[in-house]
Amino acid sequence: MATLGPNQGDAVRIGVYICHCGINIAGKVDVADVTQFAASLPGVVVARDYKFMCSDPGQELIQQDIREHGLNRIVVASCSPLMHEATFRRAAAEGGINPFFFQMANIREHVSWVTADKAAATEKSRALVAAAVSRVGGHEALERQRVAVKPDVLVVGGGIAGIHAALTLADSGKTVYLVEREPTIGGHMAKFDKTFPTLDCAACILTPKMSLVRQHPNITLWTYAEVADVSGYVGNFSVTVRRKPRYVIEDRCVGCNACVEACVFKEGKFADEFNYGLAKRKPVYMPFPQATPSVVLIDPATCLHFKTGKCKQACKAACERDAIDFDQRDELVEIEVGAIVVATGFQPFDAERVPEYGYGQYPGVYTSLEVERLVNASGPTGGEITLRDGRVPKAVGIIHCVGSRDHATNKYCSRVCCMYSLKLAHLVKERTGAEIYNFYIDMRTPGKGYEEFYDKLLEEGVHFIRGRAAEVTDWTMTPDEEGKLVIRAEDTLIGAVRRIPVDMVVLSVGLEAQADAGEVRRLFNISCSHEGWFLERHPKLAPVSTFTDGVFLAGACQGPKDIPDTVAQAGAAAAEAMALIDKGYVELEPNTAFIDEERCSGCKTCIAMCPYSAISFIADARVARVNEALCKGCGTCVAACPSAAAQQHLFTDDQIFDEIAGVLSYV
Amino acid sequence: MSDGQMPRKITYEADLDPHFAEEIAASARGEQLFQCIQCGTCGGACPVSPYMDLTPRRIIAMTRAGYKAEVLKSHTIWLCASCYACTVACPKAVRITDVMYALKQRAIRDGVYPKRFPVPVLAREFFQGVLTTGRNNELPLLIKMYLKTNIFKMLGQAVMGLRLFLTGRIGLKQERIAARRGEKGDLRTIMAAVDRGAPAKGGPSQ
Amino acid sequence: MTYLYYPGCSLKGTGRGYEESLLAVFDALQLPWAEVKDWNCCGATAYMAVDEVKAFTLAARNLAIAREQGGETAQVIAPCSACYLVLCKAQHVIHDAPEIGARITDALGAAQLTYGPRVQVRHPLDVLINDVGTERLAAAATAPLRGRRVACYYGCQMVRPYATFDDQYAPTSMDRVLRAMGAETVDWPLKTRCCGGTLTGTIEDVGLRLNYILLREAKKRGADAIATACPLCQFNLECYQDKISAVYGASRLPVLYFSQFMGMALGLSEARLGIQRNFVPLAAAV
Ligand SMILES: Cc1cc2nc3c(=O)[nH]c(=O)nc-3n(C[C@H](O)[C@H](O)[C@H](O)COP(=O)(O)OP(=O)(O)OC[C@H]3O[C@@H](n4cnc5c(N)ncnc54)[C@H](O)[C@@H]3O)c2cc1C
Ligand code: SF4
Ligand code: SF4
Repeated sequence: MATLGPNQGDAVRIGVYICHCGINIAGKVDVADVTQFAASLPGVVVARDYKFMCSDPGQELIQQDIREHGLNRIVVASCSPLMHEATFRRAAAEGGINPFFFQMANIREHVSWVTADKAAATEKSRALVAAAVSRVGGHEALERQRVAVKPDVLVVGGGIAGIHAALTLADSGKTVYLVEREPTIGGHMAKFDKTFPTLDCAACILTPKMSLVRQHPNITLWTYAEVADVSGYVGNFSVTVRRKPRYVIEDRCVGCNACVEACVFKEGKFADEFNYGLAKRKPVYMPFPQATPSVVLIDPATCLHFKTGKCKQACKAACERDAIDFDQRDELVEIEVGAIVVATGFQPFDAERVPEYGYGQYPGVYTSLEVERLVNASGPTGGEITLRDGRVPKAVGIIHCVGSRDHATNKYCSRVCCMYSLKLAHLVKERTGAEIYNFYIDMRTPGKGYEEFYDKLLEEGVHFIRGRAAEVTDWTMTPDEEGKLVIRAEDTLIGAVRRIPVDMVVLSVGLEAQADAGEVRRLFNISCSHEGWFLERHPKLAPVSTFTDGVFLAGACQGPKDIPDTVAQAGAAAAEAMALIDKGYVELEPNTAFIDEERCSGCKTCIAMCPYSAISFIADARVARVNEALCKGCGTCVAACPSAAAQQHLFTDDQIFDEIAGVLSYV
Repeated sequence: MSDGQMPRKITYEADLDPHFAEEIAASARGEQLFQCIQCGTCGGACPVSPYMDLTPRRIIAMTRAGYKAEVLKSHTIWLCASCYACTVACPKAVRITDVMYALKQRAIRDGVYPKRFPVPVLAREFFQGVLTTGRNNELPLLIKMYLKTNIFKMLGQAVMGLRLFLTGRIGLKQERIAARRGEKGDLRTIMAAVDRGAPAKGGPSQ
Repeated sequence: MTYLYYPGCSLKGTGRGYEESLLAVFDALQLPWAEVKDWNCCGATAYMAVDEVKAFTLAARNLAIAREQGGETAQVIAPCSACYLVLCKAQHVIHDAPEIGARITDALGAAQLTYGPRVQVRHPLDVLINDVGTERLAAAATAPLRGRRVACYYGCQMVRPYATFDDQYAPTSMDRVLRAMGAETVDWPLKTRCCGGTLTGTIEDVGLRLNYILLREAKKRGADAIATACPLCQFNLECYQDKISAVYGASRLPVLYFSQFMGMALGLSEARLGIQRNFVPLAAAV
């Protein structure tokens, strides 16, 4: 189809379309009047109103008029450009004219929805239509640029979200780089014994996926590594990954643990991170038996060699494969990828922030994650539930909503705690026969099989007290409270205050955004909600996209969620990344800035201002130049340039003045 | 109810006061009242709740629903010791202690508090005393309170009163501020001005 | 700078020992003080139950006088917990609710007073911990309280909800002060559990029970005395012990103001500290 270019000598022939949007617009705006008014404006050849311009017949109307009346400019007065600008540009293009010979006037969000008076709404609509008509004559024909897409994908974070996304992408033939900052992948799920609501063994379903990641020919796995830098744009990201020294050569280590046994520390002496300090490890250690990769590491903060330089290095001597290397340094690796999946997960709420519950003060108070380790068959007690003093608890209180639904900590509901509290109640009861008391505000079990799981727990005789526990203390009123921790709460369904003595308190801590979410957000140029969760592009219609094209979200980094939702989202993120890469190219919006090099004085003001680093300084010519592929069309440089050399397509000074003149001509 | 009639537990909407919640929220400067999720932390944290006929949580719920008569009659609002344990613990930042104050003010204003229940009497006597002298005089205050509520209880306090007197911890001298009527800092002038500045109708100062 | 001492009614009555000992301690530590001129009752909890705006006006009158006496940023010392709370609360409300604030400032204006929004309300423990510091306190303790095991009882209104100088749930300022004076302090979970305030006088059985719980637990944790920072707490915990024993059979425990303990450590006489006014005698230290 031939498209009309600029300066063709043709007179400007404009078609104007006023949309009713059902009664959304027509209920407030006299559309017939506005149409009549539009017809009277200079350059307007046809003006029509129609019930739904975005419908097929509405679009067809535009195309037909282009053919029959030789229109070369289109104005639609309807809703917000965010909603349908793309629709009408496409209609114009299919009608045979350049899609940018189009202007939209927003008479719904800006007029009919926010104006009470019908006459005033009609007047304002006239003014906006006059402005659009005045400006569209000066529009230039623009072309969208196409840029080829790099075929590889980066996945950041190796929890269940990152693992699932990486495997899905790799199975489709993509080359995937998986970067995990801990020494092993697996994330939080690797710490659980069972998962709700089916109680399947977490290890049985997760470990196979972890080893698949390790073996997959299309996946490069870097654990103990972090993304140090990201530049570029959708389809063309350059990424620097920093691999931290583990003082063990990964390719040589087979995970035989000979070094760990040989270490001069005969017993574990240092708090073991994977078990939240419930067990002790040596300076050289394997994070946990199923760690992937199955490679040990040395912690320089506790290793005698690093601390004193005087160790006899028994580990090094014990390693038959000569894998220990005390001289390892940070290593930087550069990769080029077309898409990025961010799957950095959550951090548990710090229970010490709620002093009423005595965490860190009474040894009988545990966090839910610590109890996950206690019930785990490969955990520090081999799955036996024993207290720090060795006793088996006879009564256990589980306090929900710790660090959730609370104005002083986190206002939101963490979504998974009710369900995991039920799971822990079941597991602890099964192993110890203890009386279990759940203190909850509202029991939230929306999910397939979740309410049924709650039913099962009710049947098992677990106690449910609807009331947020007020305090955990060790002062006693009655003989049976002696030596116990006492939970004081109002049983709101009964309407009485109760004191319940227990041996063990489990704090169901909420999910929080990672402490470094702010830095990660800046690294990938994505947004955060004020709680720190990464922001999706649209909560309903673009739940895994971000405001930066080519960067996708998976799992709990986007908000609290359980494993089924995490995996579903990871699959979706992988599919979005594939769709981008398989298309092979990206089209860039032409509303980019450009520099009139004649006018540019080389002051570099714009370079510092550009939030996307899209402007560079051309030293020979002593002028600034915009990289159209990087420019997002924000207009910052245009406003900043002292010489008016920076301009923007679709928003040139002339076009804006035309628009203002249109409004003024009406007034 | 005595002669075999069953007590009626149903509440008809017509029994409730639809404006009560808003009035109390306004006088407690606390719209957060409407944010209460009925978690019961307040009742759990309150040291006096075991003695209350309605827990603080129920007071909030019933206030919100318009159970004006029941709430103003309840012992809870007079048992509240104003210790703020509930207020600092509430996850929804409801200022329960201030709601209790608003309810006490309302009960005194409407005259619906339990008549021989000494707390409102103490509050009113204290209020009058301070208004007159600018100081709280503990002995006359206590005597008045016992006279108005339960004179026999006063006899029970006599031993303690004597000991306080003997250790110099309670005196017969009337304490009062120096500023006299019309002088700089005079309390009556100030309080009259507060009354003049009160919102036209039904504000907390009547 | 001179601290403006706001006694409130109790420190002139049942809490005389608090006034005597605190001022003696201030003198011994060379902390200059002057009484707020022609101060009036803070209004306490009872006033607020009748008319809140008037209650805040009462408090504000004192702050206005303090401003006149000690300048815009005068520092008012309020030793009684109820006074401390009411003065702080009035400041908060006047700041946060401008309509109420305007009514109050106008009313003060009618009696030629100007409200002092920047006057600082402070608790003596705040001054001792932050202005003096435990090192200076320890150095001044010529007769350290060796062998005393004290349960520091903070009560409610001093730490909640306005105090910023100490933790709401697990305050430590009084413990730190008395430890600096050589005492041992016991760790107990009821430091901030309310004594019931005026309930002992109005609904006695409830008041007695609340105080019984406190006394019992302090004793159970090995304390041989309780230290308080509030005249009402001291009155409840000490003067009602006969009645508490009659109901619950509990044994006795001396209850002193923290400032009385401090005065002892500073070598001041019992008479200057008002210790002879206490009902339950303090046995000699072991
Ligand atoms: C006590 C408890 C019990 C639970 N039980 C269940 C259950 O039974 N069933 C269920 O469905 N759900 C359960 N959940 C929820 C479950 O933990 C989450 O749904 C799941 O872990 C989310 O997976 P993820 O991969 O998004 O995040 P994570 O598991 O948090 O994994 C994130 C990974 O990213 C890595 N990472 C973080 N930042 C970076 C970075 N900057 N660079 C590189 N790597 C990084 C982390 O080290 C980690 O390995 C439970 C949660 C808790 C707290
Ligand atoms: S603590 Fe707060 S939210 Fe919970 S019941 Fe009490 S007032 Fe309502
Ligand atoms: S302020 Fe009143 S209701 Fe709240 S905890 Fe204290 S006594 Fe209970």
